[in-house]
This record gives sequence, structure tokens and C-alpha cells, in this order.
Amino acid sequence: MSASTNNLTEKTALELIKLQEKGEVKAEAITVAFLESIKAKDSKVKSFLHLDAEKAIATARTIDSKRAKGEKLGILAGVPIAVKDNICIKGTITTCGSKMLEHFVPPYDAHAIEKLLQADAVILGKTNLDEFAMGSSTENSAYQTTRNPWNLDCIPGGSSGGSAAAVAACESPISLGSDTGGSIRQPASLCGIVGLKPTYGRVSRYGLVAYASSLDQIGTFSHDVADTALLLNVIAGKDDRDSTCTSVEVPDYLANLEKPITPLTIGVANEYFAGGLDAEVEKSVREALKVLEGQGAVIKQISLPHSPYAIATYYLVATAEASSNLSRYDGVHYGHRSEAHKNLIDMYCKSRGEGFGAEVKRRIMLGTYALSSGYVDAYYLKALKVRRLIRNDFDAAFAECDVVIGPTTPTCAFKVGEKSSDPLAMYLSDIYTISCNLAGLPGISIPCGFNSKNLPIGLQLLGAPFSEEKLLRIARMYEKETTWHLKRAQVS
Amino acid sequence: MAITTDQIKWISHLARLELKPDELSHAAEQLTSILNYINLLQQVNTDNIEPLAHPLDVSNVFREDILKASISVEEALSNAPNRQADFYGVPAIFE
Repeated sequence: MSASTNNLTEKTALELIKLQEKGEVKAEAITVAFLESIKAKDSKVKSFLHLDAEKAIATARTIDSKRAKGEKLGILAGVPIAVKDNICIKGTITTCGSKMLEHFVPPYDAHAIEKLLQADAVILGKTNLDEFAMGSSTENSAYQTTRNPWNLDCIPGGSSGGSAAAVAACESPISLGSDTGGSIRQPASLCGIVGLKPTYGRVSRYGLVAYASSLDQIGTFSHDVADTALLLNVIAGKDDRDSTCTSVEVPDYLANLEKPITPLTIGVANEYFAGGLDAEVEKSVREALKVLEGQGAVIKQISLPHSPYAIATYYLVATAEASSNLSRYDGVHYGHRSEAHKNLIDMYCKSRGEGFGAEVKRRIMLGTYALSSGYVDAYYLKALKVRRLIRNDFDAAFAECDVVIGPTTPTCAFKVGEKSSDPLAMYLSDIYTISCNLAGLPGISIPCGFNSKNLPIGLQLLGAPFSEEKLLRIARMYEKETTWHLKRAQVS
Repeated sequence: MAITTDQIKWISHLARLELKPDELSHAAEQLTSILNYINLLQQVNTDNIEPLAHPLDVSNVFREDILKASISVEEALSNAPNRQADFYGVPAIFE
């Protein structure tokens, strides 16, 4: 093995593509290397719920033989990828981290999966999540708690904790997740990797199991910004099967990635540096802003006055939508059916009572209450009005700034069990990520340092709708001047 | 404002969600605490503000009504907890 093919699992997707193009390594060897990494580490990290080892190797071999014959290959040829277990893959079990869907095998592929397969990616398997993507730590999974590869006593974040930990632990070079209130950016931040939530409507939700339909969006995890641009090139774009997926043109996100944005005005919101922000996190974020200032960026103090209301708004909007979306789990078409029932209604109630975990029940109850007769105006409608004010805050900010930058999370990764008995404390860990979903904006978290306990710190960049190209270029301006994205967690 | 166990029973009935006795009392306590936090929203003046149900300015997206193949009956029924011939089986509705 030559020097360039050492430590295959620490490489980025673009590096793996170049190595194959130069003929230095085959797709099969890459896939085997990542499967071995999973075998060595996943009993500790617990990123994966299911592995498709045989299928992955067979796919890699097909790609190698296509390459040998000189056939045209997709833009992710031979790159392994892990997929959050709420994104449907035809014929592969999709549990959503729930006992309700323990045996569910989707009869179709999600749009994002079709795109991955057309791009010749190699799907390794499905990753752990909080049940139905409801949570911030993966502790709500009915199957296992994923661990943070930087410190196995800590949570990886959530709900896409398995997809984040898989990349951070070098079990997969890239992965897909979903983000409803921070479920990509928060775990990316806590695991020291890059996580992008695209604009609402940028990526089709067809085949993403619904949690809160006006907030859910499929997005990406990777070690660096270029891999994020590459993966977004694959999954973004119109799909008629999701009527909220828009026909806004998809640029080549990689083409101009190295070109800085000049002039660049960065909005810094006072509200994102308020009480509750850890001092070490604040220090790293302020230093990151200086790095961008050093490249000519102008910092503008702005205010997002309604951000203190974002969490309360989210927990009404998201739970109301969830209570409606999750009514499909009735024990009839698919999912768990209780054995001991007296009649049809009793069968619904018992199947749902047995199949759902505590947090899912809590959110269905809250959402049902917020929509119930006599309360809908005071709760749900009130939340939708505050949601408008939150969106207006951002529209005003983006009239005078290119990007809003701040911390992704108020603290670094917390210990397993630390917040699991206090739902409200857990909800508050998403304080900086949630507004982005309510407003439908794109947001990215990139690594910007470590605290004194060697836990990663994330920098969040928020942009105007459909400004992913600009957002990625600004993220790259910072990344180019720093080395955080080159660090890899050593799982022992 | 405190949510009572009776209210929890009513909400769980609306949600078709059977809760065990310990879940019922726990839910009352937790929903009360979450709703007390959520009442923060009452501080916000929302007079004359249009609700925002959806971040995109789209409505009534239409497509051509063209007949095309869908998944097969076998595939559609492949996850059914109870299958009766080509139908989903459910408990008797009429006694």
C-alpha cells in the first residue's frame, strides 16, 4: 500500500475519488476499509442500526468493473455513505429508531437515495437517531445510545447522532441526516464535523419519514466544506413527488468554492451571545470571527429580537405537525399492531401506546393539546404569528448582511444521562439552531475549536433562503485559514 | 397553569394513545412544565401579524393527471400487520 492509500478511512470523499481516478485504490478496497473500521469501533460508538456489508461490497465491485471498462461513472463513484434510519431505502429495514417500525421494509427509495445510487455512491447502512428524529442526544432511540467519538462518555448530539458519529469516527466519509430543529447542525458541532441543513425546499423530502413537514429537511455530514458541496450537488433539486421542493436553479456548489466573498458583511446577533453560552465556546466563536475579519469581512452588530421565543414557537409548531403526521401509525397499514385489543379504536390506542417511546408520546400529546378545540388560537395560531416575526427578523438581517454567524450550540457535548430526565433542559440545547428551521433558511455548522476537555466546538453560519453557494464559500474562507477540519477522533 | 390528569386522559383519547397509570401522572407534570415555558409567547404582541404556516411562498402546486405505474399490490401489502387476501385486516367494526 502506498503512502497515499494509508489511513483510507481518514480521507475525505473528494480524496477517495481522486485516488480511484489515479488508479491507486479500488472502490472495493475503500468499502472494505470502512467496513473494517465499523467492525473495530462500532461496538463502542454505536452509530449504526443496520449494516448492508454484502450489498455495499457488491456495489463497489460493480463500480470497479464499470471503471475498468471505461464506462461513465457518477460523481460519488465508490464513495461510501451512511444514511440516517428515517430515510427510506427500498428493501432495507427502516426503523426510525422506533419499536413502532421494528420490522418496516420500505417498498421504495427516497428521492435522495435515488440520487445517491445514480451518483454511484456505496451505501454502507442505516444510522441511529432519536425516535422519529425527536431529540438532541440519540438517547431517545428505542435501540441504542450513540456515543461521541471524541469522548465515549458523552452524547454525540441528535437527532442525527448516528450519522454525525459515523463520520467523526471515520466509519464513513460522508453521511445523510435530517434537520427539523437543529438535528444536523447540533450533532455536527458536538462531533467536530461539518453539517449542512439546506434551505427548506432545496432537497426533496420524498421518502423522508415525516416528523414536522414544514420544518423537516434532508442534509449532509462531512469532514470538510468541499465534501458538503459535493454531496449537496448530488441531492439538491426539483422532485415532483414533493410539492414543496422548488425549481430554484441548483448551481454547482463546488465550482466557485475557493473564491472568497468580497465584500463580506457578517451579522453578529447579540441574542446569540446571551446568558447560558459557555465561556470556552464563546471564545472560540469570537476568534473565528476575527479570522474572517482578517480576510476583510466587516462585522455588523445586529438584533434578532424574537429569537428568545424560538424554542417555545418550535415546540408548538413541530409537535402540532407531529401529532398529525404520526397519526398514520395506526397498526393497520404497517408498523406495530397490539395483540390484545377489544375493538378497532382499542387496537389503535394500544398499538400506539406500545409502539411509541416516551418522548414521541410527549410530543404527540403536546401537539394534540395545542390543536385541540379551545386551545388552538392561544397556542398553535399564536406560535404561527411569532414564527412570522422570527422570519421577519432574519429578512431584516439579510437586507444588510451576507451571513449571520454565531455558536451552533451553547455548550460542548454533555454526558450521557445528564439531561435525559429533563425534557425542557434538553430542548434548550437547540436554542441557536431552531430559528433557522422556523424561517426555512439554510444553516451550516463547521468545526472552530476544542474546549479544555478536548471536545469540539461548532460555528454556525445562517444564510438567506437558497444562498447555499455563498454560505459554503464563506464557510470555506474560514476553513482554509484553520486546521480544525483536519483533526480526526481516535476511538479507543 | 396546571394540566390535570383528567385533561391528560382527554388528550390521550384524542391522540388515540393509551397511557399506563404512571405515564398519565408523569405526563401531567411534564406537560405543565413545558406549557409554563411556552406561555412566554403571550408576552409577544402579535396584533395584525399574519400567521406563517410554511416558509415557502407556494400554494396549490398542480401536476398533469397522467396515469402511470405505482407499486404493486404485493409491495403495498408487504408491511401489513394483518392481511386478508388483497386487503388490510382490521378488527370487526360492526358487532
